Amino acid sequence: MTADQVLAECRELVAQPIGAAAERWKAQHPDGRAVASYPVWAPVEIIHAAGMLPLAFLGGGTSVELTHADARFQSFVCSIAKSSLELGFQGLCKGVDGFVFSNICDVARNLSSIYQRNFGDVLVEYLHLPQNSTSPAVAAYMAAELKRLAARFEDAWGLRVTPTALAKSIETFNTLRTGIRALYALRIAEPQKLSTVELYTALRALTMAPPEDGIAWVNALLEDIPRRSARQRDGLRVVIEGAFCEQPPLGLLEVLEEAGCYVVEDDLMLGWRWFTSDVATDGDPFARLGAAYVDQAVPSSTRHEGREHRSTGLLEKVRRARADAVIFMPAKFCEPALFDYVLMKQGLEKAGVPHLLVEFEEKMWTFERTRNEIETFVESMLFD
Amino acid sequence: MATAVTERQYQGQVHEHSRRLMSAWMDELGRAEAEGVPTGALMISGNCVELLRACHILPMFPEVTALQAAIRKKSLPLILKAEQAGYSSDNCAYVKADIGLFLDGGMGPGKPIPFPTITVCNYVGCNVYVKWFEHLADLSGSKLFMLDVPFCRTAQPSAADIQYVVAQLKELIALCESVSGKKFDIDELREILAYAARAEEGYARSKELCKRHPAPFDAYFDAINMMGPINVLRGMREGAEFFDAAVAEFESLVAQGHGPLSEERFRTVVEGPPPYPFYRNFRNLFAKWGAVAVQSTYSTVGGIWEWGFRHDPRRPLESIAEQMMTENLTNRSIVARYAQIKRYVEEWEADALIIHSIKSCRLFSAGQGDMRDYFTRELGVPTLMVESDLEDPRYYAEAQIKNRIDAFFESLEHKKVVAGR
Ligand code: SF4
Ligand code: SF4
Repeated sequence: MTADQVLAECRELVAQPIGAAAERWKAQHPDGRAVASYPVWAPVEIIHAAGMLPLAFLGGGTSVELTHADARFQSFVCSIAKSSLELGFQGLCKGVDGFVFSNICDVARNLSSIYQRNFGDVLVEYLHLPQNSTSPAVAAYMAAELKRLAARFEDAWGLRVTPTALAKSIETFNTLRTGIRALYALRIAEPQKLSTVELYTALRALTMAPPEDGIAWVNALLEDIPRRSARQRDGLRVVIEGAFCEQPPLGLLEVLEEAGCYVVEDDLMLGWRWFTSDVATDGDPFARLGAAYVDQAVPSSTRHEGREHRSTGLLEKVRRARADAVIFMPAKFCEPALFDYVLMKQGLEKAGVPHLLVEFEEKMWTFERTRNEIETFVESMLFD
Repeated sequence: MATAVTERQYQGQVHEHSRRLMSAWMDELGRAEAEGVPTGALMISGNCVELLRACHILPMFPEVTALQAAIRKKSLPLILKAEQAGYSSDNCAYVKADIGLFLDGGMGPGKPIPFPTITVCNYVGCNVYVKWFEHLADLSGSKLFMLDVPFCRTAQPSAADIQYVVAQLKELIALCESVSGKKFDIDELREILAYAARAEEGYARSKELCKRHPAPFDAYFDAINMMGPINVLRGMREGAEFFDAAVAEFESLVAQGHGPLSEERFRTVVEGPPPYPFYRNFRNLFAKWGAVAVQSTYSTVGGIWEWGFRHDPRRPLESIAEQMMTENLTNRSIVARYAQIKRYVEEWEADALIIHSIKSCRLFSAGQGDMRDYFTRELGVPTLMVESDLEDPRYYAEAQIKNRIDAFFESLEHKKVVAGR
């Protein structure tokens, strides 16, 4: 397949509700189940090892009108929480058998139990993601938590996660993540050949298909994209930070690029590329995943990292991607992102890295003001 | 219209006693630096104050500082200062008020208190805690200990959950020893826990007395006077004695048939923290209707003692871990809170549920529309929801809130009259 063919397929997939993706897969796997994870980190290996389809539960974007969820969540709550609930009310997740939430923020936590209360016929599980990164007890605890999740699937559906199957799934996802990392590296090297909208669409599609399909797509992209001919223009190399949960509208990403930015690193779809290096391939697979959660996680606002300052991970991304600036792109009302903005901004200022704050909502549709702001920012940097 | 409801100044002794104890604690904090006493910052919810006390580290609570700034109407300039530094208008205002103080170089709203020697984030439920303490440690340069407490997501915590928290408590003890230079003594902790259990018993007993008609005190507005001693001074002899005295006073009020108001017309359960900058005004809006809170969820942020949990000196670290995980409001799901409220409404014989939705606290508020749906539609409990903030005076619109409260109690009164016919 050519890159364009892969991307067309991905676009088509992404346009559908996750319920449809689940139903289609289940039509071919009659005994299978589909389990969706609310952002950010998704325990995909566990879900996959139980023979299920792991999906990302990323809200409704521009696709749903809020008719029920608005009465449940107040005006000061982020859009993704509301639209995710709305998807449930409108039956657009029909086909998804289970949902995994975690403690990324107070809203997600509340959403988890409200989801369960309103939709009693699906399985809702809550995963505790440790916030202590230095205690020797953490890795084992994380492993135990993943075992608990596996046991829950087994109790509910009789689908067992055997150590052998989990080891195999770890390898599969290691391969997928290696491919994703290579795509990101490719974009860092030649951002003109792979737009952020394209990369984002491909990544998002990966979260709606079995990893085996994803690996094939990524490989095709990796092969074909370097062959694309695209001339490098003057542009500002930027890192997007803060869009780890609610996803920005595609229009906003387009505007960013049209206004003169090359996005060279971002935290979109973070869950599927959480581990920055391969999860170890020998030893107890649960323990390996637990250890990877502690020591190989991408720096994120949803996880406390006691070993370094909040801005260190971001500065490292800036350096690695050879970026000129950071665009903070938090979802409106997103507390983790808005809090971290302050410490990260201070870190960037100390290091002399310019930055701009652009808040968004998933249903935002006019970008003129944002376009002006970004253009001004880019001009001030390029022509100063 | 019936005779006007007036407030009886009944709470004098408990209130005064609490004020005295809390001031003594604040004074001690004020002197800590000069006297070389190490201090440790903690959060109120599901805290492990007993452990710090046993380690000879004087506890301090940024939430208390933030609350005091708000109640003294001093929060807005602090919030603005934090916003200037980059905090969003959507961030928890408690944190912002506190950061505003740090940016001023101190912590006490009245008297300055030093920055903490160590910052112990008891991560119990609220994710903002993590951010708050990361920022506090950054600003104060103090050592941060992130005590990860698993959310109460199964009926009972598993053995692995308890072990995990206990393992971290042991690491915390080692850190405290290195800070204070004093050896930790488990027997001292046991003694402290015995005092804690006595205070918990007294607080629970006080709440229990609110099942009486009339309730002897307002379990929302007056409970605040007990929240200092139960959350901050827990584990001290003075804290335990405070509750002995409180219970005696409430029992005598019950015997005399006295409540906080001249007449108890409505019994309510209140959900959500109060708007501290307008505490008095807000209270008056309810008092006027003869509405007394017989239970509240806010009074259980530090611990839910009314279901019988007590710290256990025989299982010191385990019981601290259990309290942090299960016996406090914020480490339980919002739907578990529905069950708590339902029990309050039933056992305390309340007429209505009042939800005070706090704009900047998503832990409490996100999803309260669903809570309301559950109580009104599924249980048929009359429910009022009003919105403002616990710290930021910009979100308190009294005329609007008053209208809603008046309309609600008018209709409740009407229902009572109709039912009484
Ligand atoms: S967008 Fe932010 S606030 Fe909303 S659910 Fe995600 S992490 Fe939480
Ligand atoms: S969000 Fe709520 S519970 Fe959390 S620190 Fe702020 S006021 Fe307290």
